[in-house]
Amino acid sequence: MTITHFDAVLLFSLFTSIVFGITQRAEPRMMVRFGAFCFALFVFGTIAASWLMWLIKH
Amino acid sequence: MTTEMANNVQVPARAAGRSSSMALLVLIAGWLVPGAGHLLLGKWIRGLLLFVTLVLMFSIGIALRGKIYSPNTGDLLDILNFAGDLGTGLFYVIAKMFDLGQAAIVTVTADYGTKFVVVAGLLNIIAAVDAHSLATGRKAS
Repeated sequence: MTITHFDAVLLFSLFTSIVFGITQRAEPRMMVRFGAFCFALFVFGTIAASWLMWLIKH
Repeated sequence: MTTEMANNVQVPARAAGRSSSMALLVLIAGWLVPGAGHLLLGKWIRGLLLFVTLVLMFSIGIALRGKIYSPNTGDLLDILNFAGDLGTGLFYVIAKMFDLGQAAIVTVTADYGTKFVVVAGLLNIIAAVDAHSLATGRKAS
């Protein structure tokens, strides 16, 4: 099995966010909100860090 | 006075929780099989979601040719990764029994796979502790 770097980011973020959402909040509605928040942070944080590394290199 | 107040606070939380042996059973079951702790507490959707999520994460890690760590290699990072792998409970045992995973990381995606397996274990520990908190009443619902 082979996946791209971005696929790996999306999968990792999805799985981790689901577990964080379930375990870190008590109400189902808040679980979904926190899970979505974590997912966005993971994905956009990775994209931001990638651009930062690109800028440092160039 | 202070002790009485503390007791008054603790009594409802204790009453809401289950016996300590049940809480321990939930913790161990949740570690051995992802989501089993929540299933034992009747939290079906959470338990199934955790099971599917963590099994998928572990399986994708193996499919990406991730490494399964062994104990006692002497390298500190190997020991830490082994501790993470061990968090997957029975899946670590199955992976070792059937010789799944690679002995060495040779590709970039294999490195991702290794991290998937380690993080699946760490997340499973968080899930098991969450189930224990639900059983003791420390977490409301």
